[in-house]
Amino acid sequence: MSMVAQTRTYRGMTATTREKVDGYLFILPWILGFLIFTIGPMIASLYFSFTDYSLLEASKWVGLDNYTKLFTNDPKFGISLSVTFRYALVSVPLGLVLALLVAMLLNQKVPGIRFYRTAFYLPSLLGGVALTLIWMWIFSPAYGLLNSFLRLFGVEGPLWFQSQVWALPGLIIMSLWGVGARMIIFLAGLQNIPDHLYEAAEMDGAGTTRRFWHVTIPMLTPTIFFNLIMGVIGSLQTFAQAFIATSGGPNNATLFYALYLYQNAFQYFEMGYASALAWILFAVILVLTLVVIRSSPMWVFYEGTLRK
Amino acid sequence: MATEAGVIVSRPAQTKTYRSKRRILPTIFFSVLLIAGSVVFILPFMWMLSTSLKESGRVFMYPPQWIPEPIIWENYTTALRVMNFPVLLKNTVLITSLSMVGAIATSSLAAYSFARLRFPGRDVIFIIVLATMMLPSWVTLIPVYIIFRELGMINTLWPLIIPSFFGGGAFNIFLLRQFFMTLPFELDDAAKIDGCSNFRIFWNILLPLCKPALGAIAVFQFVAHWNDFFGPLIYLHSSEKMTLAVGLYRFKGPFSVEWNYLMAATVMVAIAPIVVYFLAQRYFIEGVVMSGMKA
Repeated sequence: MSMVAQTRTYRGMTATTREKVDGYLFILPWILGFLIFTIGPMIASLYFSFTDYSLLEASKWVGLDNYTKLFTNDPKFGISLSVTFRYALVSVPLGLVLALLVAMLLNQKVPGIRFYRTAFYLPSLLGGVALTLIWMWIFSPAYGLLNSFLRLFGVEGPLWFQSQVWALPGLIIMSLWGVGARMIIFLAGLQNIPDHLYEAAEMDGAGTTRRFWHVTIPMLTPTIFFNLIMGVIGSLQTFAQAFIATSGGPNNATLFYALYLYQNAFQYFEMGYASALAWILFAVILVLTLVVIRSSPMWVFYEGTLRK
Repeated sequence: MATEAGVIVSRPAQTKTYRSKRRILPTIFFSVLLIAGSVVFILPFMWMLSTSLKESGRVFMYPPQWIPEPIIWENYTTALRVMNFPVLLKNTVLITSLSMVGAIATSSLAAYSFARLRFPGRDVIFIIVLATMMLPSWVTLIPVYIIFRELGMINTLWPLIIPSFFGGGAFNIFLLRQFFMTLPFELDDAAKIDGCSNFRIFWNILLPLCKPALGAIAVFQFVAHWNDFFGPLIYLHSSEKMTLAVGLYRFKGPFSVEWNYLMAATVMVAIAPIVVYFLAQRYFIEGVVMSGMKA
């Protein structure tokens, strides 16, 4: 946009009007995107969820049929929910604790800290495909790195991704390797804790443990809150790892919810049914997020009241 | 606004001897833990590299061989050829670079507006921006797919590029807004007195000060689009339009896996985000840490 055109439209406007017009103008791309790629599609998918729609033919209204089928006549729906919840229930807390521990280590002033930070962050730069392929090879039963290592101790490792019992734990271990993204956010939170709080606590005679529980953790609760919400939301949408490593097998042991949704939409072309699945996922995420947000006044500590 | 280096420098010099005496044991303790942890986190990379250089017959060996003997560089040329690497690289670079331009331009403009300009409804709209981070993309997936299908854009790169030009993602807006808020308002006021328009204040004065945060979102954006698997999986079909991530997945093949070739391909796909991270590292850590991530 040329400057000439801009000054012309602005001629005669007061500074505050100009500020308002520019304010809306600058967020216009986002507003358009929100309407075209978020709100519009949300309404459409809600509508599709009450239809039978295969992309090839026009959608046909079926009322609540998709939802009744899901809850009464589709065992895979329950399986995929259970797989996803079990994964989230283990990987989210483990990931949070590991990310916090690593971040605290990386916040120490020791020589070579830049190298360590990079080492822990590096796996987060890999995409789902590269990461999964590397771990498929590590988990390879006969000659993979992990079982070869276990063999040193006389332990014959499991079949991992080929095992109905060990496939899900395998994916959880894999997820812990990518803990770097959450770690960086914790590190940022740790560095924002002012030194004087620690110094004051030290003067009052607080040891390392008490400083951790009474300074670090309270000051970090907003970051924990953010990572917890993002972790829950992310883990409930796990797709690529399972799609690549196991395709949901063996015997549906890793049939993640998102994977089942994908199969319905893009393999069986049941767009209406897949939309119903998507809305249930949305409802689940909404409820869990609201529970965490509602509980936050009890455990999330915001400095002062002015920061709002 | 203390950077990491700033904190270290600002420590009073006289406490140094006192600290260093008391800190020897913890330093050793933390270093041992850090070294052990780093080894665990780096080991899979080493395993990938080592496998990628092995002779086919020596991939399956017990105990595993860490240093390949002989070293087979040809694994890489084979993988390049079989994967149709140059074409996939071109598509991936196109998608990634255009998305980066779109996301950085529109998210920084929106972030500036949310952080510095006053207009009715601003804070409500910003809360909606944050709320979209919680919306699973699965809810909008099917209608968005249908939109691009109606536009005849299936099996083109457009569905993977266009959305970035509409706001550039809630997280990027959030991060940049936090950063804009740390800059002194005197800058805007002085420029306004000189008759600068809001856009000029944004473009000429504030944006150059945002380099660390821009570096951070550039890395996020690059990594996200380079590695994106789901988008190309549903929108692209022909091998001429494929991206590296999906090409790598297809390279695996459904049956027996030749790990040396596959790991060579993986190295070649994974190397770009790692290089970009190293180039932008200074900005990256600074950008994330300084913007504070505080809601």
